[in-house]
Amino acid sequence: MKILVPIKRVVDYNVKIRVKSDNSGIDIANVKMSINPFDEIAIEEAVRLKEAGKASEIIAVTIGPEKSQEQIRTAMAIGADRGILVKTNAPIDLGGVEPLAVAKTLKAIADKENPDLIIMGKQSIDDDSNQTGQMLAALLGWAQGTFASELEINDGSLQVTREIDGGLETLELKTPAIITTDLRLNDPRYAKLPDIMKAKKKPLEIIEPSDLGVDYTPRLEIVSVNEPPTRSAGIKVESVDALIDTLKNEAKVI
Amino acid sequence: MKTLVIAEHDNTELKSATLHAIGAAIKIGGDIDILVAGSNCDIVAQAAAQISGINKVIKADAPPLEHQLAEDIAPIIVDLASNYTHILSAATTFGKNTLPRAAALLDTQQISDIISVESADTFKRPVYAGNAIATVKSSDSIKLITVRTTTFDAADAAGGSASVEDYSAPASSELSKFIKHELSTSERPELTSAKIVVSGGRGVGSEENFAIIEKLADKLGAAIGASRAAVDAGYVPNDYQVGQTGKIVAPDLYIAIGISGAIQHLAGMKDSKVIVAINKDEDAPIFGVADYGLVADLFDAVPELEGKI
Ligand SMILES: Cc1cc2nc3c(=O)[nH]c(=O)nc-3n(C[C@H](O)[C@H](O)[C@H](O)COP(=O)(O)OP(=O)(O)OC[C@H]3O[C@@H](n4cnc5c(N)ncnc54)[C@H](O)[C@@H]3O)c2cc1C
Repeated sequence: MKILVPIKRVVDYNVKIRVKSDNSGIDIANVKMSINPFDEIAIEEAVRLKEAGKASEIIAVTIGPEKSQEQIRTAMAIGADRGILVKTNAPIDLGGVEPLAVAKTLKAIADKENPDLIIMGKQSIDDDSNQTGQMLAALLGWAQGTFASELEINDGSLQVTREIDGGLETLELKTPAIITTDLRLNDPRYAKLPDIMKAKKKPLEIIEPSDLGVDYTPRLEIVSVNEPPTRSAGIKVESVDALIDTLKNEAKVI
Repeated sequence: MKTLVIAEHDNTELKSATLHAIGAAIKIGGDIDILVAGSNCDIVAQAAAQISGINKVIKADAPPLEHQLAEDIAPIIVDLASNYTHILSAATTFGKNTLPRAAALLDTQQISDIISVESADTFKRPVYAGNAIATVKSSDSIKLITVRTTTFDAADAAGGSASVEDYSAPASSELSKFIKHELSTSERPELTSAKIVVSGGRGVGSEENFAIIEKLADKLGAAIGASRAAVDAGYVPNDYQVGQTGKIVAPDLYIAIGISGAIQHLAGMKDSKVIVAINKDEDAPIFGVADYGLVADLFDAVPELEGKI
C-alpha cells in the first residue's frame, strides 16, 4: 500500500502572531515555522502503518515556498520515504493558494502516484479552513474519513472512527480513501538525530504548479486582516465568597 | 439573492445550530430554503417549515441518507446549487465534513466559519486561532459558507408555514458505510448553546476528580467543557473539547478551572460574556482574559463554590 501525506509549512503553534501594520496579512518574516501539527499526526500514522507491514511507501507532498523543503525533511525524518515540493511564491496562509487550489494540485499528484490512501491534517492552524481533505476526496471521487481518532486497516477493509460533535462515529470506507486527522489519532514521535541525517539523503522532487496545470489565482480577495477585539484582564477576587458576590450582584450571571 | 441552508438533524430533531445558520442567511437577505436530507425525517422537515421566514423546505428522504454521509449529501447540494446564490451550513462537524465536498464539486472556494456578513459577497472570519480576523470577498458565483453559530442570533423556530417539497435523491455512492455511533448522553445543556459552561483542564488531575466539576455544573444548570489536555488525558470524552480545533462557545458565563489559557483554548471561549478563572498559578495566561480571577487550589475552591452558590 502506497500512502500520500500532504503537509503544510505553518507558523509554529507557540508563536504569538502579529497582524501587519498595513492590514494586508500576518507578519511571518523571521517567525518560527513548523510542520502543521495535524500533518505531523498524519505522517506518524502513515509511518505506523508502514511499521506494521501494512504500507510499503510513504510520499510527503507540500505546496509552498522553497523553504518548505524543511518540513518535507522533517516528515522524512519521521519516516516518509520521499518528498514532492510544488514550489510557489504565492502566500500559502492567506490570499494566495487556497484550499480548492491545494486540492486540485493534490489531485494531479494523486493521479500520477496512484496512492491507496491519503492521510492529511483536518485543518491547518493558519487559515483554519478545514476544507482541503474533503475537497480532495470530492475531486478524486473517493470516500472520506474526516477528523479521525482511530484507523483500522485489515485485509483491504478500512474502518475509521471520527470525532464528531456528539461523540464518536465509526465508518467503513471503500479504498482508496482520504483520512483527515484529529488530535487523538496518535502522539507523533520526535525524530532522532540519525533519522534526521538519513532524511537529508532521501529523494525530494521539486515541481512547479504549471507542470500540473493548476491555477493559483485566488477566489477570495483578502480585503483586510485585523486584530480581534481585545479583552482586557478583569480583577482578581480574594475569596469564593467575593466571587459569588460579584457574579450575583455585579455581573448578574447567576 | 436566494440561500439554501443545510439542516442539521438526527432524523427526529432539528439541531439549534441550523437556526443560527439561518440567522446568518437572514443577514444576507433574500429568500431562504432549507434542505432536510435524511431517512424518515418528515418530522424534521415539518419542524423546519415552522421556522419563521422560510420560503420552502426541500426534503430528501431515503434510507441511504439515514446517517447523512458526506459522500451522499454533497451530490444533493450540488444538484440543487444552480437555484441559489448562497449555500450555508453551521460550522459543526457535520457542516465541516459535508460542505467542502460540495464546494469542490461546484468548483467553489468555500468560506469557512464566518462571524459576520458585511455584504452579499464579503464576510469576516477568524484565522490563526482567532488571533486575527480576515475580511474576505468572494468572486465565486455561488457562495458556500459555514457559519460560526455563536455569533449569529437564532432564527425564530416558530411562526412560519413553509411548504415541504419532496426531492428524490440519487442512489447512494456506497463509498462509505456507517458502522456505529458512540454518542455522549447527558441531561445537561448542549455545550455550544448553554448559558453557563464550566470547563476543567489538566489541573483537575483525573477522570474521578472531574466529579467536582460536574457537581458545580449541575448546581448551575451548566454544560461541561474541557481543555485539550483534559481530553487527551482521558478525563472526559472528545466532544467536550473547547478551542480552536474543538467547539466554539460563547455563554453568558464561562468558568475555567485548572486551565492555563493556551491560545488554542482561548480561541474557543474568549467571546463568552463573563469569564471566571480558578487557577493556583497567579501568572496563568487565563487571567489575562478573565473578568474575575480567583487564585486558589481548585480542590478547595470548587467544592466551596458549589456548596455556597
Ligand atoms: C494543533 C493544536 C490544536 C489545539 N487545539 C486545542 C483546543 O481546541 N482546545 C484546547 O484547549 N487546547 C488545544 N490545544 C492545546 C493547547 O495548546 C494546550 O496544550 C492546552 O489547552 C492546555 O490545557 P490545560 O490548560 O488544561 O493544561 P495546562 O496548560 O497544563 O494547564 C493546567 C493548569 O492547571 C493549573 N492547576 C494545576 N493544578 C491546579 C490546582 N490544584 N488548582 C488550580 N489550578 C491548578 C495550572 O496552574 C495550569 O495553569 C491545541 C494544541 C495544538 C498544537
